[in-house]
Amino acid sequence: MITFMNNSDSEEEPCNERTSLMSAESPPVPSYQDGLQASEAGEAQAHRKRRAGSSRGPNNIAGGEMSGSGVPVRESALENEEEELTLKYGAKHVIMLFVPVTLCMIVVVATIKSVRFYTEKNGQLIYTPFSEDTPSVGQRLLNSVLNTIVMISVIIVMTVFLVLLYKYRCYKFIHGWLILSSLMLLFLFTYIYLGEVLKTYNVAMDYPTLFIVIWNFGAVGMICIHWKGPLQLQQAYLIMISALMALVFIKYLPEWSAWVILGAISIYDLMAVLCPKGPLRMLVETAQERNEPIFPALIYSSAMMWTVGMAKPDTAARGPSQQTWDAAEDGREHLRSPSHAESQMSTRNPVPTRPITSLEELEEEERGVKLGLGDFIFYSVLVGKAAATASGDWNTTLACFVAILIGLCLTLLLLAVFKKALPALPISITFGLIFYFSTDNLVRPFMDTLASHQLYI
Amino acid sequence: PAFGLFIFTIARDPLRIIILIAGAFFWLVSLLLSSLIWFIAVKASDPQDERLQKGLLIFGVMFSVLLQEAFRFLYYKLLRKAIEGLVALSEDGCSPISIQQMAYVAGVGFGLMSGAFSMINLLADALGPGTVGIHGDSQLYFLTSAFMTMVLIFLHTFWGILFFHGCEHRRWWEIAAVVIMHLTVSGLSFCNPMYVGSLVPSYLLMAAAAAWAYLLSGGSAQNLRRFLLCKS
Repeated sequence: MITFMNNSDSEEEPCNERTSLMSAESPPVPSYQDGLQASEAGEAQAHRKRRAGSSRGPNNIAGGEMSGSGVPVRESALENEEEELTLKYGAKHVIMLFVPVTLCMIVVVATIKSVRFYTEKNGQLIYTPFSEDTPSVGQRLLNSVLNTIVMISVIIVMTVFLVLLYKYRCYKFIHGWLILSSLMLLFLFTYIYLGEVLKTYNVAMDYPTLFIVIWNFGAVGMICIHWKGPLQLQQAYLIMISALMALVFIKYLPEWSAWVILGAISIYDLMAVLCPKGPLRMLVETAQERNEPIFPALIYSSAMMWTVGMAKPDTAARGPSQQTWDAAEDGREHLRSPSHAESQMSTRNPVPTRPITSLEELEEEERGVKLGLGDFIFYSVLVGKAAATASGDWNTTLACFVAILIGLCLTLLLLAVFKKALPALPISITFGLIFYFSTDNLVRPFMDTLASHQLYI
Repeated sequence: PAFGLFIFTIARDPLRIIILIAGAFFWLVSLLLSSLIWFIAVKASDPQDERLQKGLLIFGVMFSVLLQEAFRFLYYKLLRKAIEGLVALSEDGCSPISIQQMAYVAGVGFGLMSGAFSMINLLADALGPGTVGIHGDSQLYFLTSAFMTMVLIFLHTFWGILFFHGCEHRRWWEIAAVVIMHLTVSGLSFCNPMYVGSLVPSYLLMAAAAAWAYLLSGGSAQNLRRFLLCKS
């Protein structure tokens, strides 16, 4: 994937509209991509497009799609084996996604709990023009619904714009847009974040040091995300960016609007990915047709980029990988089983020849699940809002966290079953919302009373 | 300690982590439902009546215990199905994880969640200013809470093993014993703040459950001795 990043000029464009303001919208909900599928036919690239958008700020919309397709070409003979592999890998993939999501949430929750800046209401984004400081409940509700409509329409417009650009191959434009937005995100938001954190902990720092630190951070981030870089570092940067974006959201979205927006976004995600005319789906399919990777800047990939770490010449590495992806349609069962065995750490089928090894290993490494950055952002927004506004504090946060993880599991399970790009947001966000509201209102008084009497259930 | 258990035994295998989180989820759902019932009961009753409130609380606790056990049973059913699926999908025809391991992990999941919910607000408050027991409550509040939580987490783990074993071998008395033990422990916590009444029996019960679970899992006194003396 990383190797393809250079070729793919279609990067998810961050929502540029956001760049003008601090709010970055999250682009369409990223979809899950089963790594299996991705390796299958380079769909992964298409999948990559998940909407990571929001996290990147400028990159909003593009990503998100989880393209899982790629399966149709598989022969039925392979089906079973693949299913086995999918499910066997399933657990590992789930964990590979659990960890970054958890990390992102931890960062957001830690920041919310400690830095007061992010819970102060200092105004709103232009994307949510209606204020919520109205006296009556009905008015407030109406305002939040209107806010949501504005936000969602902005997201839709951005997504459609991105898809159109991608379709008509205006790659340079997309590329530039993505770079601009990630630039803004990396530098501006980091600056603000660092400023607030330092303020909270009362640490003095002079401007030159700050400048150097932020410059290094931003430059390495740009390189890592848009070009080559060690996978771990890239993942770390993507997590950081998602967390920053989520923090911005938490700060600038008014209360009720935030919840309604979360609900509306998951519905939108569902529709955008699954409907035949949905923008995200078109994006994924177009990318698949062209066998290109989806914008790397908008998708979080859990697979290893073997080519980066290996001391192989680029072309040699790319050759097999290209072959791997092209061969997806030809049924690479013979390759798959050995690689599978490899991944399972059991050398049941020794690799026959050297070239196949590299191929398999490459394939092995290619496997991974791709999750759009927008998903990260919205999960973190949910948990962060729970941490910020819930009066039950940690119980609610913990409940939302578990709910989101379970939603993620279920979505990955569905991905393994359906083998298509799937929206990652709906199930998790639904669970999260249900648990948030119920825990806050129902469980909290119960637990408080129990704790005050020191009863245990 | 529970966290240590988690790190050493569960964090290695991704499947176990998923089972753990799912277990925690089930516990959470059971808690949700029981607090829903309690909430409705409270709202429907007179908030001024102290005794009634206390009675309702006791009722809520008992109901919650029963619901937890019910959810444990549901989780067991789900895991049975999952194991069949895993066996069908595995390459060599045997499941990558045994039902006992699952029982253990499920128990830990339940325990962790219940412990987290019991303790975490306490811990967060403990970081802040203030003195414990300044209003005449026991000064050992935090300490006893910590111990009680730990014993509860361990108990959940053992109950998980016992429960699943009972379900596997269709020994209803084992399941009934687990439920009764759970009710007993919760009931004992009503003796708080007379800590002697609640902590000591709980620990005794935990030791008994531990021994029982150990025996069920195939251990024996001999194994224990060998392990402790570091013989091969």
